[in-house]
Amino acid sequence: MDMFIKQRIKAIKKGDQSAFADIVEMYKDKIYQLCYRMLGNRHEAEDAAQEAFIRAYVNIHTYDPTMKFSSWLYRIATNLSIDRMRKKKPDVYLDAEVSGTDGLTMYSQLADEGASPEDALESLELQQMVQEAILKLPEKYRTVIVLKYIDELSLQEISDILNLPIGTVKTRIHRGREALRKHLGHL
Amino acid sequence: MPCSEKIVQWMHDYLDGDIQKEEEQRLRSHIQQCEACREHFYALEKTVAFVENVSHFTPSDDFVKKVMYNLPREKRRVRWKRWFTHHPFLTAASLFFLLSMSSLWAVWQEDNEFSFSKQEHLIVRNHTVIVPEGKVVEGDIVVRNGDIKIEGEVHGNVTVINGHKYLASAGEVTGQIEEVNEVFDWIWYNVKRVGYNIAKTLTK
Repeated sequence: MDMFIKQRIKAIKKGDQSAFADIVEMYKDKIYQLCYRMLGNRHEAEDAAQEAFIRAYVNIHTYDPTMKFSSWLYRIATNLSIDRMRKKKPDVYLDAEVSGTDGLTMYSQLADEGASPEDALESLELQQMVQEAILKLPEKYRTVIVLKYIDELSLQEISDILNLPIGTVKTRIHRGREALRKHLGHL
Repeated sequence: MPCSEKIVQWMHDYLDGDIQKEEEQRLRSHIQQCEACREHFYALEKTVAFVENVSHFTPSDDFVKKVMYNLPREKRRVRWKRWFTHHPFLTAASLFFLLSMSSLWAVWQEDNEFSFSKQEHLIVRNHTVIVPEGKVVEGDIVVRNGDIKIEGEVHGNVTVINGHKYLASAGEVTGQIEEVNEVFDWIWYNVKRVGYNIAKTLTK
């Protein structure tokens, strides 16, 4: 696995684009997931994830092989998502895509409420509540929570990605978890 | 509210999987006794379970294609190199073709000395072979890097490589007259000659 990635990176550095396609294929789900949880919108997440990969390709020469390649990719995607979060207005619009659903807006939800099966709606609602709770987190807590729970990364990896001491990562996870508990703990 | 900061800290350490055995023991026994702390801990565990089990989504099917389409264009050299490694047979074939062509070319280029088949009655003047008027030359004539002027009669074929033939009104050739001036003509001529020689040896 590691050898494969190393060899692909070598080829990319020589300018071979098709080698990069393998890298995108390998990490697209993870990177997309990260962007989605950070931004809360499928369309924006897709856009951000694509930009993250393009940035990775353009800046491949700055990749330091002592770092895990996935960590480096995560760092790019995290920074990019934070940039976009800052530019974004925090308001939720009725016609915005509902988080955790595919192409569903609040309008269609209002209309379909009676038709949907009870349990499906329940889990859909729960999905939405979780995503909204994550989106309500301040960016520094949101980042660590997403990396830890959505992408199941270790504290050490998160510390590498964010270039923060492990102690700081832990404190942020604790605070983030407490903040989430306030929204989700009573369910 | 939980009893103390320390207990909450242990809860988080536990959830991070980063707690000392002894502290874990103390946390467990405290939670059993204290309802507020127990509730707080369960709420945290539930929260983690919710966040962990939030459904995963996948990007669009053409995600890779879209990324690749938006990359800056790669160097042409690399594209060729990849094509060669992916098509070894075609590479070998084209390499063979290239080599044989270049060696043929080299032979063609080297072979630029004036020469002609020695036959009776032939006169040579300034790289021009002349079949004099009223004379009959028996057999095929081949002239390299020179011209041929036919004023008499030739009983056979005439081939001019890298030169021109001039046939006077009185001149006559019983066989074929051929001018070979391009490298491809020359190759074709050689191929034919080899084929002819093989046929000749076979019939013998």
